[in-house]
Amino acid sequence: MRSTDGVVLDVEDLRMRYDTADVLHGVGFRAKRGEVLVMLGPNGAGKTTTLEILEGFRKRSEGRVGVLGVDPEQGDERWRARIGVVLQSWRDHARWRVRELLGHLGALYLPYRGEGIRPPWGSDELIDLVGLADQGDARIATLSGGQRRRLDVAIGLLGRPELLFMDEPTAGFDPAARRDFHDLVHRLADLEETTVLMTTHDLDEAEKLADRILILAGGRIIADGSAAELTRAVAGEAEVRWSLDDRHFVHTTSESMKFVHELFGQHGAEVRELEVRRASLEEVYMTLVRRHESGEIDGAVRTLAEVGR
Amino acid sequence: MNPTVTAFRVGLARGRIELRQLFTAAPDLIGQFLTPAIALAVLYLIRDRDYADTGMSIAELALPGLIGSIVAFNGLFAITNVLVLDREDGTLLRAKTVPKGMISYFVGKIVASAGSVCAQVVVVLAVGAVIIGGSAFDGPGAWAGFAGIMLLGLLATLPAGAILGGVLEGPRATFLLTVPLMGLVAISGIFYPLTALPGWLQGVAQAFPIYWTGLGMRSVLLPPEAVSVEIGGSWRYPEMVGVLGGWASAGLVIAPIVLARMARHESGSSMATRRDKAMQRAF
Repeated sequence: MRSTDGVVLDVEDLRMRYDTADVLHGVGFRAKRGEVLVMLGPNGAGKTTTLEILEGFRKRSEGRVGVLGVDPEQGDERWRARIGVVLQSWRDHARWRVRELLGHLGALYLPYRGEGIRPPWGSDELIDLVGLADQGDARIATLSGGQRRRLDVAIGLLGRPELLFMDEPTAGFDPAARRDFHDLVHRLADLEETTVLMTTHDLDEAEKLADRILILAGGRIIADGSAAELTRAVAGEAEVRWSLDDRHFVHTTSESMKFVHELFGQHGAEVRELEVRRASLEEVYMTLVRRHESGEIDGAVRTLAEVGR
Repeated sequence: MNPTVTAFRVGLARGRIELRQLFTAAPDLIGQFLTPAIALAVLYLIRDRDYADTGMSIAELALPGLIGSIVAFNGLFAITNVLVLDREDGTLLRAKTVPKGMISYFVGKIVASAGSVCAQVVVVLAVGAVIIGGSAFDGPGAWAGFAGIMLLGLLATLPAGAILGGVLEGPRATFLLTVPLMGLVAISGIFYPLTALPGWLQGVAQAFPIYWTGLGMRSVLLPPEAVSVEIGGSWRYPEMVGVLGGWASAGLVIAPIVLARMARHESGSSMATRRDKAMQRAF
């Protein structure tokens, strides 16, 4: 049943209209098996709507959508067993215990073993994986916000999905939990070949996790590429700072490596406190969103997307 | 392993787990048994007062009605309440994200609601038999009749409760629902015979399952001569089966449609909207 060409997500010209207001105006992107896509964008840009359409929870107005080679509106339970979903903030099953709920929901995946579908995780395995080992027998109502979110992620992973959707999975995580989560996503993508599409407002996180970043603004994809590619495409210039005889210098250039090479050639070991600073993803993001809002750009900044087609 | 069979099995497990939760948490125990306990206490206090010239005490006559009203009221309200709450906190949406999750969810809810009603009925029946007496089971026929009335009462009310749970929005709506329900209990001849009410109210009461489950319980729990108090001096079995069966069939046809529609519309954003509304209410 797996798509042979390795394309797990295929979205073309996706449009969504509520009454008279358009929320999505022709969103298009693809994801290959094992890729981690991070969707960024201001609140109200259409991120959650896009996810809900792909998860099969919402009917689209127009466009073509393939999720694991299936139109989500026609997705059956076998298809459902192959995807994992972590929606925004849940507080369900408050009276259940962590292990109890994982075992209970996990049992629903058991009939789908084999037939090209990976076997589900065991509850204990999963509890360890998301770092809830000490809370296995705790009532869910007693979990902290971050622990609760880990449980949401664990439930999303229950069926060992080929494709995992996560809407702001790290909201409420402390820095340590965040790092654990990043390790988990890397592990899923590298070892399990799980394709991940997630949203976040944390740009550092996006830079760490994403094979590709999608920036969604005003219902359109305004950028699609790796963090490095987007940085190059938007802010081609880097800032070089150094000091010489206790004097500080700053130079902005598009060929920073060449410049640094020449700098050392000229001054050798005299050069101190050298720093080459490219635009951060945050700056790129702010620039792109600002440009979009002022109506400067019509087409999207696309890098890998074009190469991929 | 067939996925649908598995979903039923998992649903039964959900019912068991939720029943255990219902009977191990103090607030739930109080919620389930406070009203019956008050009603039993009142009946106990008036246990020596006879109704007219029947030679039977008011308490003895009222106990079966009380049991009937527990079946109908809680059969309807328990599932309504739980559905509204589960839509608000995301339990229902969670069921949507796992394969065949909806089937197992509803099986679990039906088991838990029916189970909690049965437990309440058994407790009230046992306690009532000890402190009030009067209602005695007369052979296996009476037990079969009792089980039949229970089943019919639950079939008439559970689907209706599920429909209301699929339509109502938020805990405030379920609270408002209790007002007309209490009114129905009041006019359904639980604590005094229906024949004491004006004719049009008798008509209203007879359109709903509460009166008929009460009548059914009286018919199996009271001695035959108690029938003289009822309308027409008869237990009116054909009408009883007709009305309760009508509610059951209509409910079983409509409930799946309403619930499927509700499940289809459930999404993260619809939940977020409800949460925002709830927040606004709180401030």
